[in-house]
Amino acid sequence: MSHNPGAAGNRLVVYSVFNPASWKIEPRREIPQGLLYATPLLAVVLTVVAGFFIFLSMGYNPFLALYHFFVSPLLTLYGLSELLVKAGPLIMIGVGLAVGFRANVWNIGAEGQLTLGAITGGVIALAFWNEETWWTLPLMCLCAVGGGAAYAAIPAFLRTRFNVNEILTSLMLTYVATLFLSTLVYGPLKDPMGFNFPQSRMFGDAALLPILLEGTRLHLGGVVALMIAVAVWVLMTFTIVGFQVRVLGQAPAAARYAGFSGRRIVWFCLLLSGGLAGLAGTFEVAGPIGQLVPVISPGYGFTAIIVAFLGRLHPLGIILSGLVMALSYIGGENAQVQVGLPQAVTGVFQGLLLFFLLASDFLVRYRVRRNPAALRHAPQAQPAE
Amino acid sequence: MFKTLSRRHFLAGSTAAAGALGLGSRAAFAADPLKVGFVYVGPIGDFGWTHGHDVGRKAVEKEFGDKVETTYVESVPEADSERVIRQLAAAGNKLIFTTSFGYMNPTIKVAKQFPDVKFEHATGFKTAPNVSAYNARFYEGRAVIGTIAGHLTETGKFGYIASFPIPEVVMGTNAFILAARKVRPDAEISVVWVNSWFDPGKEADAAKVLIDQGCDVITQHTDSAAPIQTAGARGVWCFGQASDMSSFAPEHHATAILDVWAPYYIARTAAVLDGTWQTTNVWQGMKEGMVEMSPYNERLPAEVVEAAETVRKGILDGSHHAFTGPINDQTGKERVPAGVTMTDEALLTMDWYVEGVTA
Repeated sequence: MSHNPGAAGNRLVVYSVFNPASWKIEPRREIPQGLLYATPLLAVVLTVVAGFFIFLSMGYNPFLALYHFFVSPLLTLYGLSELLVKAGPLIMIGVGLAVGFRANVWNIGAEGQLTLGAITGGVIALAFWNEETWWTLPLMCLCAVGGGAAYAAIPAFLRTRFNVNEILTSLMLTYVATLFLSTLVYGPLKDPMGFNFPQSRMFGDAALLPILLEGTRLHLGGVVALMIAVAVWVLMTFTIVGFQVRVLGQAPAAARYAGFSGRRIVWFCLLLSGGLAGLAGTFEVAGPIGQLVPVISPGYGFTAIIVAFLGRLHPLGIILSGLVMALSYIGGENAQVQVGLPQAVTGVFQGLLLFFLLASDFLVRYRVRRNPAALRHAPQAQPAE
Repeated sequence: MFKTLSRRHFLAGSTAAAGALGLGSRAAFAADPLKVGFVYVGPIGDFGWTHGHDVGRKAVEKEFGDKVETTYVESVPEADSERVIRQLAAAGNKLIFTTSFGYMNPTIKVAKQFPDVKFEHATGFKTAPNVSAYNARFYEGRAVIGTIAGHLTETGKFGYIASFPIPEVVMGTNAFILAARKVRPDAEISVVWVNSWFDPGKEADAAKVLIDQGCDVITQHTDSAAPIQTAGARGVWCFGQASDMSSFAPEHHATAILDVWAPYYIARTAAVLDGTWQTTNVWQGMKEGMVEMSPYNERLPAEVVEAAETVRKGILDGSHHAFTGPINDQTGKERVPAGVTMTDEALLTMDWYVEGVTA
């Protein structure tokens, strides 16, 4: 290692900066708590800066585009109500999934459980169509939770009984649920007065969620979603089950040693997340949609997975991340309407936001260092000049 | 084209925002163009259905120049469309075209809240004092391409890539095979449902499967050009959907059924501009120019083109109707007696397949 710090040496050092092998990634021993909470903010700032230049380079007024993306949807009461309408299902499904993710139970099929919940709730609404009774809506909600949970019970059973990977089973069952819904709305549940189009009747008033703000679409489901998030936070923080879930995720061996039942936790996580997704499904059909249609969710069940991770698997964080995600959709549409941004650009912008969030999150937990080993070997690898 | 378009949006947006921010409200009143909004179910680059509507939108811009200002929102999920339609109405659009069946109930809902905005919904059946419905007789085009297919096929098997079994699609399938069986009585059609209007991956897969099963003509009721590309690569005849798709298979794109929305969009915009807009429910076809055929492929034999033209001219002068009996259903039971033509109402609620359809 006794080479002269001459021209050749310098060149080697410059070269090695661009050599991936000369860097290494290591977890930080102590994660700076302040940074952990500052990163989401940092990510938003970085997205805004990057977005600014993208909009500028495409010939749009960047200030205006950003204004309509982030600010103008929040300026009216109606805009805020829409934000909660969109964020509601994301939050509700997200908190359910997060419980499972903490225990390493990977329910990827919330979209299917949502669909099943919409079906079971919707069938009740149609069965008691035009009968004004106070218990229609509560019964629909109950059946929705039951439907979603029952659908999630299939992967739970296969996982605990036959050790089948729940990622695959829950995901594949999503497509089955969508086709089942199609079968119903093209067949037995089709509106008899609907010119043979694949839709059910519009639900009666007794089967519709009450509107909380006159003139908006904000329904009871938006508030219930927030309450559920708080309830799950209490569950995870103050109960034995919550403790077991966390231990099982962080230290499976310790959990076994403590005598916690892994099977029971798998069942618990899948039933909980399935039930919440099912409830979200019925809230969609009894809320904004008002009938059963062939496609109910614009991908809430999948987006909720991202929401759960953005919220750091913490119920209160998920409320925030759900709102941010909802804003990125609504702001994207708003920018299309107001500034004429193509949909692809708004998609890129949403992608940037996620990228910066995840990247800054990564850099808080890990750090990139020059790899001393690679540096040492580098001169030997080069032919002597 | 894109550049001028974006600049116009940018200018429009900046005045609106300036007004909203209270920076300068004078600019907002300088010119008062009619704002026209469009909601699309697919991307404008789908080369099919949505592309066709976007051609109509551009025609409106060209026709009225500074008097109008158009905005569109693409790839809007049907179950989540109410907010987008409302956003367009709230942004000051006074005429809004919603261009997919699934937008019907959301359009009606938003229309109630914005009585001074006119709405135009494509391919549905509900209207309201400020909501009109419009649709095209796509089945007339299906009769022409069915005739061509009957001449071209050797195996007598056709592949049909379909979206959802709604009456419009069922009607199209039936019109195609009825026309084909007039030329080739033993012809059969296999339908593959992809459960989407736009899913190039699934559409291409469906085309591959159908060709592997011996179909030597491919037709589609989905919006992307993927089946055309597949058919062209496999050397199988195919027909464009909604827009001319010949660039995707120059050798095998026989013709395309064109949806021509421009005249309707221009007429409706003019009606709003001069204050004569009224609720209508129209179903227009070749006669009105809403459905047209794109240029026939040069490789088509002359007698095939002639047969196709005979049908097309028959439709134009009213002597030919795709749904004139005798028509039997799948089970062989006679549904329409000889010489009788189905009514529009019966067509618009069609939920049964004719002989020769496997769906």
